[in-house]
Amino acid sequence: MNAAQLTAWLTRFAELVHAQRDELTALDSAIGDADHGSNMDRGMTEVVAALAEAPPDDAAALLKRTGTTLVSKVGGASGPLYGTLFLRMAGAIGDGFAPALRAGFEGVLARGKAEPGDKTMVDALGPACDVLDAGGSLAEAAQAAADGRDATVPLVARKGRASYLGERSAGHQDPGATSTALLLQAAAETLGGVQGQGEEATP
Amino acid sequence: MTVGIVVVSHSRALADAAVELARQMLPGRELSVEVAAGTEDGGLGTDAAAVSAAIEAADSGEGTVVLMDLGSAVLSAETALEFLDDEVRGRTLLTAAPLVEGLVGAVVVAAGGASREQVAAEAERGLAPKQAQLG
Repeated sequence: MNAAQLTAWLTRFAELVHAQRDELTALDSAIGDADHGSNMDRGMTEVVAALAEAPPDDAAALLKRTGTTLVSKVGGASGPLYGTLFLRMAGAIGDGFAPALRAGFEGVLARGKAEPGDKTMVDALGPACDVLDAGGSLAEAAQAAADGRDATVPLVARKGRASYLGERSAGHQDPGATSTALLLQAAAETLGGVQGQGEEATP
Repeated sequence: MTVGIVVVSHSRALADAAVELARQMLPGRELSVEVAAGTEDGGLGTDAAAVSAAIEAADSGEGTVVLMDLGSAVLSAETALEFLDDEVRGRTLLTAAPLVEGLVGAVVVAAGGASREQVAAEAERGLAPKQAQLG
């Protein structure tokens, strides 16, 4: 996985977030503070700009830049959570995409202290990591993330602003799980053909 | 030298007002209180890089005690620790104290020369006077 491939992934994620910005914010206005779409759009726009301004020459540096940009620019809890995801991925990308995503997922768990079923991004990211660790494709991982996102609808939120709503959070799709499903969709679209290839296998 | 105080909030206005209220307790006395609050464009939000910069600015060698409001303020403060030198991180305490009441208690004992552990403990007792009054 090289820097150009990861740039394509993050650029596509930024496009998807931008296109669905209003939907993400609408989900967050139902059970949160109505800023997830605008926060993620601002953060990913900054990431794409930072990568274009001074393209990092290796995958780890690129992921680190992405993480440090997000923790600073997003504003909401998604900043430290997605930021930690990419910072941890930076430390493990040498082992491949799946181990890096798993390391990122563990970072998100440690940072947010959420568990599966708490109605968070964990509910989309965890199933995607499980698919990849079992040798599944990125398309299958993206489907698992989408299924995890859909499964957040009936859940009662136990983390974040939505947890203040208690039972009233049930019946709404979680915005964080929704943006995480976009992250995996972007990976399937841009990295699907290169998954599993080592650094040396790409020009 | 005294322990430094850092206030992390979603809102710059909220943080500045809390600091103003707390500083009423320190007429004529010096204390390093830094604020990391709001987004760059003046909106509501937190920035882990700004928090780590505030901790470095508030730390004069005796360490800092960090108070925060809720949600991403807590996550950003935890993330900020990763960006600090080991030495500075080792003398930084994040406290679960209530922001306004905790800050008032914290600045008083910090200005009096207490250790960071004492400052954090005082901040965490911040609700006690209100609880005693209301019974």
